[in-house]
Amino acid sequence: MLDWLSRPWPWYVAGPLIGLVVPALLLAGNRSFGVSSNLRHLCAALLPGKPEFLGHDWRATGAWNLAMAAGIAGGGALAAFLLRSGEPLLLAASTRIDVASLGIAPPGAGLLPDEIFALGALGTVRGLIVIVAGGFLVGFGSSYAGGCTSGHAITGLANGELPSLIAVLGFFAGGLAAVHLLWPVIS
Amino acid sequence: MNLRSGLLRYVAIGLLFGIVIVKSEVVSWYRIQEMFRFQGFHMYGIIGSALAVAALSIRLLTRAQRRSAEGEVIALARKQMGRGTRYWLGGTIFGLGWGLSGACPGPMFALAGAGYGSALVLIASALIGAWVYAWLRPRLPH
Repeated sequence: MLDWLSRPWPWYVAGPLIGLVVPALLLAGNRSFGVSSNLRHLCAALLPGKPEFLGHDWRATGAWNLAMAAGIAGGGALAAFLLRSGEPLLLAASTRIDVASLGIAPPGAGLLPDEIFALGALGTVRGLIVIVAGGFLVGFGSSYAGGCTSGHAITGLANGELPSLIAVLGFFAGGLAAVHLLWPVIS
Repeated sequence: MNLRSGLLRYVAIGLLFGIVIVKSEVVSWYRIQEMFRFQGFHMYGIIGSALAVAALSIRLLTRAQRRSAEGEVIALARKQMGRGTRYWLGGTIFGLGWGLSGACPGPMFALAGAGYGSALVLIASALIGAWVYAWLRPRLPH
């Protein structure tokens, strides 16, 4: 069993399970699935100043979502330590070639390339751009757009929201630009 | 509601979600590169099937007027379109960060739990991004 669970999960198992998070949260307490609101709640809890956007009662409105985020981190730990596969990720051959041209080795035992995500890489210009600027843009953009991949691309689209469709098209436009225009320049 | 036991169910849902996104490699920078280069079906299969299951579930729950465990009738709030600027512009800014780092907010938390120290730097940077947005918000078009 553990062995079977430790192998990488195919899309047709993972996708439907992720989709079920939406009804699980609705049934648990009529909550709408969206992880990025936690950035707002954490800002309100931790960072100085109270602009209007952070003036909300994060304990009342955000406790459930922060609890879920803690669960996500716990799930990441369980998956990485208890269900570790040890086999390299099976990346498309063409992607292996393309990331090699960025100076990044194909996947090893881990999920992330050391060239960017090892803590030492933060001392490089590229590491700073990818992690610090990339993280900043994710936080700024998801707050501005009012949602991220979960809130817009899953919950919003599943609920037939036009604003979410526009946001998702933006996610994709930005992602394509980052991979095809920015990555070659910073590498 | 008993706050503590009330929150535990959200921890449990997050736990399962975190396991799924790590074991299906959604959290991997490599998979995001593969997706934005249109070189693999994996991510599209995941997002597409998640979307289908979520859409069907929402329909079933709202048609049946199901109540949540807290007793209220299940309903999702509609998003305000306004001028729509926030959606395309904010979405594009988010996408740039997603394509650069290969991580969106859910995966950031999962990666931090999985022991990647740089994920904590990602989360801290995202918090500063959200904080800067909070201050600029009155001056940005929405």
